[in-house]
Amino acid sequence: MARVVVLGGGVAGHTAATFAADWLGKEHEVVVVTPNSKWNWIPSNIWVGVGQMSKEEVTFDLAPVYQKAGITYKQAKAVSLNPEGNASSDKPFVTIEYTGQGKAGQSEDVTYDYLINATGPKLNFAATPGLGDANGLGEFTVSVCTADHADHAAHEFAKCIEKMKKGERQKFLIGTGHGMCTCQGAAFEYIFNIEHELRKAGVRDLADIQWISNESFLGDFGIGGLHMKRGGYAASSRLFAESLYSERGIKWLIGAHVNKVEKGKVSYELLDGSMGEETFDFSMLIPPFAGVGLKAYDKAGEDITATVFAPNGFMKVDAKYDAGAYENWKASDWPRTYQNPTYKNLFAAGIAFAPPHPISKPMSSPNGTQIFPTPPRTGMPSGIIGKAVAHSVCDLIKKGPDAHLHEASMAEMGAACVASAGKGLFDGTAAALTVYPVVPDFEKYPGLGRDLDYTFGEIGLAGHWIKHILHHMFIYKAKLNPGWTLIPE
Amino acid sequence: MNEIEKYVKPYDNNFTTMVPTNFVIKMRTCKIWQLIRFIMINIKMLIVVRKSH
Repeated sequence: MARVVVLGGGVAGHTAATFAADWLGKEHEVVVVTPNSKWNWIPSNIWVGVGQMSKEEVTFDLAPVYQKAGITYKQAKAVSLNPEGNASSDKPFVTIEYTGQGKAGQSEDVTYDYLINATGPKLNFAATPGLGDANGLGEFTVSVCTADHADHAAHEFAKCIEKMKKGERQKFLIGTGHGMCTCQGAAFEYIFNIEHELRKAGVRDLADIQWISNESFLGDFGIGGLHMKRGGYAASSRLFAESLYSERGIKWLIGAHVNKVEKGKVSYELLDGSMGEETFDFSMLIPPFAGVGLKAYDKAGEDITATVFAPNGFMKVDAKYDAGAYENWKASDWPRTYQNPTYKNLFAAGIAFAPPHPISKPMSSPNGTQIFPTPPRTGMPSGIIGKAVAHSVCDLIKKGPDAHLHEASMAEMGAACVASAGKGLFDGTAAALTVYPVVPDFEKYPGLGRDLDYTFGEIGLAGHWIKHILHHMFIYKAKLNPGWTLIPE
Repeated sequence: MNEIEKYVKPYDNNFTTMVPTNFVIKMRTCKIWQLIRFIMINIKMLIVVRKSH
């Protein structure tokens, strides 16, 4: 009997664990280690963040789902890995610290045959003074990264609306809280939901809405932008985004590294090296992501963290980490199997794997401050990678160590993204986008890097309906309801 | 006053962007047209999902 340990219960971890349990059956054990007691459909946190959904509607308890699937569930956070075992045993293990199940604070060594690291990111609020600290979100801004954060954001947003109904003008500042952030798409969706709700509340005229982000052009989204067919042209996402911001009366500030947050004010540096300040009454700034800080030790107890993990804390996999400058980047730099090159029974999925380099072109100000989006690995790619890794691990267990590993390169997969504004079935619209491939392949698709037949986007009610369907469909799937395996990632 | 006249000001940073006309904005919420687009977008997305697995 083999034991597969999955660290993390988010999109990648939950997908990997549930498929592994389904494919391996009762002959083998699947263990999930996650500090959270609930699963969260993160894309709908945006609706929670404007008070259109409760956090209960975007979360559910993991324990009964894992019990149904025959998965051993440990509500704990992983602290360190011993991929060679220790002095008393050759069996690899992960040291965990419980956060719930009545054992909070207790440690345990969980041995494994295969380990899938899908921890997701550490929300690194501490990277920007005032944005937060080691304990998390600070007091001056809000976040929609977790359901609790989004719930808090909704309450703060409601207070602003109350003030506006009394005639008080309010300024909303939404975007990224550091020069090296990802997830611009979430902030993009949030700012348009804010705008929509203000309009619905009849107070839009009393609102100044400002976007601030580390993108070098609007519509970069951390993937270097994209092109889509429009009126006989291949139009850049920059046109698409600028058009939407203009239409809704939202001003934008780009190429910005927020370097300090204070009460009602952020300080920033721009790509041209100039410094500035922006005031706000309400601000949602996405924090930068980092690895969760797992340590690794060899059999003798020596620290081998740098062997297993990249400096940013994400796990090294089969990517080309020495590609060098932007001009040398190729689609083939991106990992295919997500297997750790040193320890073949270690895999990573979702945000937890270390990308070879960004997707957007790295840029820095004359002062040397790096200001560019880091690569997104969330949503659809995260689920696809989780499933591929689970497939590989199951084959290694069932067919032996020579089994073929399944591949899911982000340079060969697409992603669908629906950014909705509003929640009502007929009073909202959404920007529905697909991009193929996620990582541009300039050898296969010279010039634009992507296949124009499968990269498209449009705004309308149709995308809004799709967003509603995705919300219900993926929660249905994550709960392992009948037919869940038929729903694609 | 339509959205364009309301928000776009000469030589603001939104003056050089492409902005939708009232017809385009109307079509975004036209239920019949959006039903057709719903079917088309779903087909396109399913193709992308299929190509990605």
